[in-house]
Amino acid sequence: MLKREGDIRIPAGCAISGVIDRSGKRMSGKCMIDSISTMHDRSNGLGGGFAGYGIYPDFKDFYALHLFYDNTAAQHETEEFLKRHFEIAYCSAIQTRKVASIKDEPIIFRYFVSPLPRKLESSQLDEEEYVARCVFRVNVEITGAYVFSSGKNMGIFKAVGFPEDVGRFYKLEEYEGYAWTCHGRYPTNTPGWWGGAHPFGLLDYSVVHNGEISSYDANRRYIEMFGYKCTLKTDTEVITYIFDYLLRKRKLTLQEAAKVVAASFWATIETKSEEEREQEVLLRRMFPSLLITGPFSIILGFEGGLMALNDRLKLRSMVCGEKGDKAYIASEECAIRVIEPELDKIYSPAGGEAVVYTLKNGGRRE
Amino acid sequence: MTITAGAELHFQKLNEAVRESRDTEITVDNCLGQRYIGAGLSGKTVTINGTPGNALGAYLDGAEIVVHGNAQDAMGDTMNAGSIVVYGNGGDAVGYAMRGGRIFIRGNAGYRVGIHMKAYKENKPVIVIGGRCGSFLGEYQAGGIIAVLGLGGEERPIVGNFCGTGMHGGEIYLRTDKLPPLLPKQVRAEKLDGIDGGEIADILRDYCKQFGLDEKEVLGHAFYKLTPDSENQYHRMYTNN
Repeated sequence: MLKREGDIRIPAGCAISGVIDRSGKRMSGKCMIDSISTMHDRSNGLGGGFAGYGIYPDFKDFYALHLFYDNTAAQHETEEFLKRHFEIAYCSAIQTRKVASIKDEPIIFRYFVSPLPRKLESSQLDEEEYVARCVFRVNVEITGAYVFSSGKNMGIFKAVGFPEDVGRFYKLEEYEGYAWTCHGRYPTNTPGWWGGAHPFGLLDYSVVHNGEISSYDANRRYIEMFGYKCTLKTDTEVITYIFDYLLRKRKLTLQEAAKVVAASFWATIETKSEEEREQEVLLRRMFPSLLITGPFSIILGFEGGLMALNDRLKLRSMVCGEKGDKAYIASEECAIRVIEPELDKIYSPAGGEAVVYTLKNGGRRE
Repeated sequence: MTITAGAELHFQKLNEAVRESRDTEITVDNCLGQRYIGAGLSGKTVTINGTPGNALGAYLDGAEIVVHGNAQDAMGDTMNAGSIVVYGNGGDAVGYAMRGGRIFIRGNAGYRVGIHMKAYKENKPVIVIGGRCGSFLGEYQAGGIIAVLGLGGEERPIVGNFCGTGMHGGEIYLRTDKLPPLLPKQVRAEKLDGIDGGEIADILRDYCKQFGLDEKEVLGHAFYKLTPDSENQYHRMYTNN
């Protein structure tokens, strides 16, 4: 069996890219494969992955659970658990093709589920919290099983390998979504296991990340107080849970959440208008343990949009481009130009400046 | 010689072709992120159409590079001599630890432009940015000249925060009426009504000629000249200059 992320710690250059068609028109995953492959040299073959939004229109009301299993025993145990908690509308192995460089694949399954009404009611939880807790129970309690995607009408696909090979492995050219993100991994702290590749997801939130945060343990200790279980020792996992906590549980807006994790320096806050100052001081005081320090550039995917964010010192590169309804985010401009040579606009957001792109109709709160 | 790069050509092959070419004039068309173009190069002119990758002209040693497009990060890293002219924007850390030569950018540039730039005897590096640039401009600057012109509007400050942090040599010229926010204490700012002489005037005239700009409009505007304060504690801590 492959060692899991949490089993080893080795003392991340990475590549990220994302695209959204704000008109809601869907595009095949091939554009993301083309985009990330221009940044091949930013990864080292130890992880690649994609998140697609709007890819399961026929099952859009069901949570799409993607699972890795080390063996059939883990699969049986997990399926028993799922049957006790969910109505399973459809389940099958996720279709893959043989790619020479992708080896040692686990069993990869997909389930479209909705919580059993009776169970949900007796749990006294809202539906999303119920699903999130079930995901954590599988990941923590069932050895050899790992839920790596759990949102509605979205899906994460990841593996150990170069991202362009991972995209071909999962046949992403056959999926169509209104938004995509992707990641090429160069792990610096952990060995590179299938579950540890990016994107990380919980419910419909997904995160791809280039960088290495130095506040990992402070963030982890705080977020674990609220029921999150950081099982993998990788910083991107904790970033995902921080956003889920701030956005879903505390109902912050995306811009407010960005001000928590990439808060301005006190010296910078002093120079701002009174209104901004009050808001930023309040957020820093409310969530001091969720400040993320160290280099990061991330793309947060959510139902209806994408958010790009750099650390406040801007220690990682990131550019944003726009062309008509389409918006692009990438570590390097070439990854945008390769799929859209002519852009209306291209710019680098400042450190800590969140850029939010949402669907024109039905996008979430900004 | 013309090389068509595209997405497929790996940087190693592209750079080998540039190095081994007998032509001194080389054009790279449809460049898409190939790194290290012109690294350590001398005696050639490389014209790039497209988006060259990171570390363009690193350790450049006398060659001339012209970019029709935007450059990515760490352009001119530890550059020794020669010139890089960019008609679009530059990325983060332009001229990182640069030791000589000139970088002219028509558009904007990112964070940490000119970080650790230094000068020694006849080697005096120069960076001119036509638009705006991000925070930490001239961080730990030890020598050379940086100018930011703010062409195209001043709704926002032309440089980000913490300009000149740790600066202990060299000069920064900012074409603006407003001093940037959060200047560190060891940096002295002197307001100039315009540039009428000296080395900086020659540099800006060359810049105007390169991009077809009006000299009077560029040089006649108010500038702030930033230099390390001679009384500051950094002055003799690192180097006697």
